Amino acid sequence: MIQLDRVTYTYPHAKLPSLYDISLKISESSFLAVVGPNGSGKSTLCALVAGFIPHHFHGTLQGQVIIDGRDTAATPLSKLVTPQVGFVFQNPFNQLSGAKLTVREEIAFGLENLGVPRSEMSQRVDRVLELFGLTELVHRSPYELSGGEMQRVALASVFVMEPRVLVLDEPTAQLDPWGTRQVFEAIRTLVQNKRVTVIMIEDKSEWIAAFADRLIALHEGRLVLDGSPRTVLTSSHLDEIGVGVSRYTQAARSTQSAGGWPRDLELPATLDQAVAGFKRARKFYEHLG
Amino acid sequence: MNISVNDLHFSYPNGVEVLGGLSVEIGSGERLAIIGQNGAGKSTLVKHFNGLLKPARGAVNIGDRDTKNHSVAQLARCVGFLFQNPDEQIFKKRVFEEVAFGPDNLELSPEEIEKRVSTALAQVGLSDMRERHPYDLLPAQRKFVALASVLAMDTPILVLDEPTIGQDRYGLTRLGTLIDDLAQQGKTIIAISHDMDFCAEHFERFLVMKQGRIVMDGAKHQVFSHNELLAKAYIESPQMTRLALALELPGPVTTVNEFADVYAKTLRGC
Repeated sequence: MIQLDRVTYTYPHAKLPSLYDISLKISESSFLAVVGPNGSGKSTLCALVAGFIPHHFHGTLQGQVIIDGRDTAATPLSKLVTPQVGFVFQNPFNQLSGAKLTVREEIAFGLENLGVPRSEMSQRVDRVLELFGLTELVHRSPYELSGGEMQRVALASVFVMEPRVLVLDEPTAQLDPWGTRQVFEAIRTLVQNKRVTVIMIEDKSEWIAAFADRLIALHEGRLVLDGSPRTVLTSSHLDEIGVGVSRYTQAARSTQSAGGWPRDLELPATLDQAVAGFKRARKFYEHLG
Repeated sequence: MNISVNDLHFSYPNGVEVLGGLSVEIGSGERLAIIGQNGAGKSTLVKHFNGLLKPARGAVNIGDRDTKNHSVAQLARCVGFLFQNPDEQIFKKRVFEEVAFGPDNLELSPEEIEKRVSTALAQVGLSDMRERHPYDLLPAQRKFVALASVLAMDTPILVLDEPTIGQDRYGLTRLGTLIDDLAQQGKTIIAISHDMDFCAEHFERFLVMKQGRIVMDGAKHQVFSHNELLAKAYIESPQMTRLALALELPGPVTTVNEFADVYAKTLRGC
């Protein structure tokens, strides 16, 4: 379990805090997604859970971040980072070691450092290569990949370590729908089968709605919405704070006043939800007509 | 100014072929979205437009300039290029200097440079950031700094590689409006993007790439009516196209406005 207890954090030399009085409990083996406009504190929240704050970024931290009973501020980073907490950066270029010549070696790099036996290492690397559709790229240089391919390598290099908590900062930004699906399905497998806890900044609302257990929204460093992905994603408040809503939600909203969306039904955030609602509204009209 | 690509081949030094004989004509003032799965060769193709890459075989012409015979600096007067990662093109210590760098190299008067920088920063909404260090800004703002430095060159052609990544609703709205305005001014806008909803709202022609080849090239509604072909190229149609299809609405539908119109008609027809 991860617990943030009244956390306020200010970066060094900053005038105002980046996070204000955040209290949050994240249960084990769950998938929490985080949305918010730029500068709302999403990456800061991730850096807190990963222990980069206060170990790398000093600043002023009030309140506590507790992971499995341990206060992150009082625990050395070497005990917090993988295998405990894995972190995937926004820009995959920052994730690569720079020390390895092939994709396969790059993904094995973390396991080498943990001293994992060679045969086990090989099996684990093979598994993630397959999971992320990277098998054909094993002999390529990590630096000669497209942006999306590099992002999948970065993810695989963290997944292979099998951390208990996985923190992901917009990991699918550069991925096509196929790559995005691979990532979300791999996360679902980790959460359900390996009891991993996932915290993910992501603005692809259709995917969050289909895969995440819970969604929070941040605005100007404050936690402003917390609930099921559908409820949060279709909240009118989300629009006001500058987070884009899906076209499904927009379509239902634009036809709602003319009876195009059932009044008693929550607005849709996914294709399936939209299809069900629009079909029901149409049936109602057919019945009338 | 037209872009003419003729039988373009490109391979990495290790022999991996990225583009396998590709031809396309892009007319002046077009709004073209290049779409396709990761590794399809989209970025490699557009890097030939400003001479960052030179054809291994075939030719790329920008107007009457063969890119093989022109330097990146020469082509930069015709083609503005926004990289996928803005940090690859930001290297000055002040936002103003960063945006002024290109115009400075055009040997313009200080007044003209000032005018261009001010206009470009206003276009991207960063007028009050001109004295800041680019790395003190958020990544999404840095992308707009990079875009401003492209705009300040006032090129007839703009290439935007994944411009929507990392932008929130405000950023996306600003970007969309800017693309519409630039198109109005007659600029050629070419974008690479996986954001089909954004592309459907701001682009007219779509070029679909798969494994270094063009598999489809046509107007928006024509391209998004070929669902099977798109699926084979690992492309997911815009949300409204998929919704209209699932509801068996008469096409073509790609945007919320189009959906609302068609849906209202079917309700009235009930």
